[in-house]
Amino acid sequence: MDLENQKRVKEFAEKYGAENVVVILGAAEGEAAGLAAETVTAGDPTFAGPLTGVQLGLTVYHVCEPEVKDEFDPAVYDDQISMMEMVLDVDDIIDEMSSIRDEYCKYL
Amino acid sequence: MAILKDKKVVIIGDRDGIPGPAISACVESAGGEVVFASTECFV
Repeated sequence: MDLENQKRVKEFAEKYGAENVVVILGAAEGEAAGLAAETVTAGDPTFAGPLTGVQLGLTVYHVCEPEVKDEFDPAVYDDQISMMEMVLDVDDIIDEMSSIRDEYCKYL
Repeated sequence: MAILKDKKVVIIGDRDGIPGPAISACVESAGGEVVFASTECFV
Protein backbone atom coordinates (compact mmCIF):
# COMPACT_ATOMS: atom_id res chain seq x y z
CA MET A 1 0.00 0.00 0.00
CA ASP A 2 1.13 3.48 -0.90
CA LEU A 3 3.01 5.14 1.98
CA GLU A 4 0.82 8.23 2.07
CA ASN A 5 -2.30 6.07 2.41
CA GLN A 6 -0.71 4.05 5.22
CA LYS A 7 -0.15 7.30 7.08
CA ARG A 8 -3.77 8.32 6.56
CA VAL A 9 -5.12 4.95 7.71
CA LYS A 10 -3.00 5.17 10.86
CA GLU A 11 -4.25 8.71 11.59
CA PHE A 12 -7.92 7.72 11.10
CA ALA A 13 -7.51 4.72 13.42
CA GLU A 14 -6.04 7.02 16.09
CA LYS A 15 -8.67 9.71 15.57
CA TYR A 16 -11.84 7.58 15.46
CA GLY A 17 -10.70 4.44 17.29
CA ALA A 18 -9.69 1.31 15.38
CA GLU A 19 -12.99 -0.43 16.23
CA ASN A 20 -14.94 2.27 14.35
CA VAL A 21 -12.92 2.20 11.15
CA VAL A 22 -13.58 -0.13 8.20
CA VAL A 23 -11.29 -0.33 5.16
CA ILE A 24 -12.76 -1.26 1.77
CA LEU A 25 -10.39 -2.28 -1.03
CA GLY A 26 -10.82 -2.29 -4.79
CA ALA A 27 -7.67 -4.20 -5.74
CA ALA A 28 -7.62 -6.00 -9.08
CA GLU A 29 -6.27 -9.30 -7.79
CA GLY A 30 -6.12 -11.48 -4.72
CA GLU A 31 -2.45 -10.98 -4.01
CA ALA A 32 -2.67 -7.17 -4.05
CA ALA A 33 -5.85 -7.27 -1.95
CA GLY A 34 -4.15 -9.59 0.55
CA LEU A 35 -1.09 -7.34 0.86
CA ALA A 36 -3.23 -4.26 1.48
CA ALA A 37 -5.40 -6.18 3.98
CA GLU A 38 -2.30 -7.41 5.82
CA THR A 39 -0.96 -3.84 5.95
CA VAL A 40 -4.03 -2.49 7.80
CA THR A 41 -4.30 -5.46 10.16
CA ALA A 42 -0.88 -6.95 10.95
CA GLY A 43 1.37 -4.11 9.74
CA ASP A 44 3.21 -3.32 6.51
CA PRO A 45 4.70 -6.62 5.22
CA THR A 46 7.22 -4.72 3.09
CA PHE A 47 8.64 -2.89 6.15
CA ALA A 48 8.63 0.40 4.22
CA GLY A 49 5.75 2.51 5.50
CA PRO A 50 4.33 4.11 8.66
CA LEU A 51 2.38 0.90 9.46
CA THR A 52 5.51 -1.25 9.78
CA GLY A 53 5.15 -3.13 13.06
CA VAL A 54 1.78 -1.48 13.78
CA GLN A 55 -0.97 -4.07 14.29
CA LEU A 56 -4.14 -2.05 13.82
CA GLY A 57 -6.33 -5.14 13.32
CA LEU A 58 -8.86 -3.09 11.32
CA THR A 59 -11.94 -4.63 9.76
CA VAL A 60 -11.14 -4.92 6.05
CA TYR A 61 -13.11 -6.19 3.06
CA HIS A 62 -12.79 -6.14 -0.70
CA VAL A 63 -15.75 -4.37 -2.31
CA CYS A 64 -16.75 -7.56 -4.20
CA GLU A 65 -16.99 -9.78 -1.10
CA PRO A 66 -20.54 -10.99 -0.39
CA GLU A 67 -20.56 -9.77 3.25
CA VAL A 68 -20.35 -6.11 2.22
CA LYS A 69 -22.01 -6.50 -1.17
CA ASP A 70 -25.20 -7.54 0.66
CA GLU A 71 -25.28 -4.15 2.39
CA PHE A 72 -25.00 -2.02 -0.76
CA ASP A 73 -27.98 -0.74 -2.72
CA PRO A 74 -28.09 -3.33 -5.56
CA ALA A 75 -28.85 -0.65 -8.18
CA VAL A 76 -25.77 1.35 -7.18
CA TYR A 77 -23.60 -1.79 -7.17
CA ASP A 78 -24.86 -2.78 -10.62
CA ASP A 79 -24.17 0.66 -11.94
CA GLN A 80 -20.71 1.19 -10.39
CA ILE A 81 -19.06 -2.20 -9.84
CA SER A 82 -20.69 -5.12 -11.65
CA MET A 83 -18.89 -4.55 -14.99
CA MET A 84 -15.47 -4.72 -13.33
CA GLU A 85 -16.50 -7.57 -11.05
CA MET A 86 -16.90 -9.76 -14.13
CA VAL A 87 -13.20 -9.51 -14.99
CA LEU A 88 -11.89 -10.00 -11.43
CA ASP A 89 -11.05 -13.38 -9.93
CA VAL A 90 -13.44 -12.88 -7.03
CA ASP A 91 -12.91 -16.38 -5.57
CA ASP A 92 -9.17 -15.77 -5.31
CA ILE A 93 -9.81 -12.36 -3.69
CA ILE A 94 -12.24 -13.90 -1.16
CA ASP A 95 -9.72 -16.63 -0.27
CA GLU A 96 -6.95 -14.11 0.39
CA MET A 97 -9.14 -11.68 2.28
CA SER A 98 -10.83 -14.20 4.53
CA SER A 99 -7.57 -15.81 5.58
CA ILE A 100 -6.10 -12.42 6.53
CA ARG A 101 -9.28 -11.47 8.42
CA ASP A 102 -9.38 -14.77 10.31
CA GLU A 103 -5.82 -14.32 11.40
CA TYR A 104 -5.49 -10.60 12.16
CA CYS A 105 -8.81 -8.72 12.46
CA LYS A 106 -9.55 -7.70 16.02
CA TYR A 107 -13.05 -6.27 15.66
CA LEU A 108 -15.19 -8.83 13.82
CA MET B 1 -24.68 -6.88 12.58
CA ALA B 2 -24.04 -4.41 9.80
CA ILE B 3 -20.42 -4.02 8.76
CA LEU B 4 -20.66 -0.54 7.24
CA LYS B 5 -23.56 1.32 8.84
CA ASP B 6 -22.38 4.27 10.98
CA LYS B 7 -18.72 3.32 10.54
CA LYS B 8 -15.89 5.55 9.37
CA VAL B 9 -14.90 4.01 6.07
CA VAL B 10 -11.52 4.35 4.38
CA ILE B 11 -11.51 3.38 0.70
CA ILE B 12 -8.42 2.23 -1.13
CA GLY B 13 -9.50 1.76 -4.73
CA ASP B 14 -7.31 0.53 -7.57
CA ARG B 15 -6.86 2.00 -11.02
CA ASP B 16 -6.74 -1.51 -12.51
CA GLY B 17 -9.55 -2.85 -10.35
CA ILE B 18 -12.39 -0.86 -8.78
CA PRO B 19 -11.72 2.90 -8.53
CA GLY B 20 -12.32 4.85 -5.29
CA PRO B 21 -15.38 6.89 -6.37
CA ALA B 22 -17.30 3.75 -7.44
CA ILE B 23 -16.68 2.18 -4.02
CA SER B 24 -17.68 5.44 -2.28
CA ALA B 25 -21.07 5.42 -3.99
CA CYS B 26 -21.72 1.85 -2.76
CA VAL B 27 -20.52 2.50 0.80
CA GLU B 28 -22.75 5.56 1.09
CA SER B 29 -25.72 3.52 -0.15
CA ALA B 30 -25.09 1.15 2.80
CA GLY B 31 -25.03 3.94 5.40
CA GLY B 32 -21.26 4.11 5.89
CA GLU B 33 -19.50 7.44 6.31
CA VAL B 34 -16.65 7.76 3.79
CA VAL B 35 -13.84 9.64 5.55
CA PHE B 36 -11.27 9.10 2.82
CA ALA B 37 -11.23 7.61 -0.68
CA SER B 38 -8.28 7.15 -2.99
CA THR B 39 -7.44 5.23 -6.13
CA GLU B 40 -4.03 3.57 -6.05
CA CYS B 41 -1.91 2.35 -8.88
CA PHE B 42 -0.03 -0.84 -8.02
CA VAL B 43 2.26 -0.74 -11.06
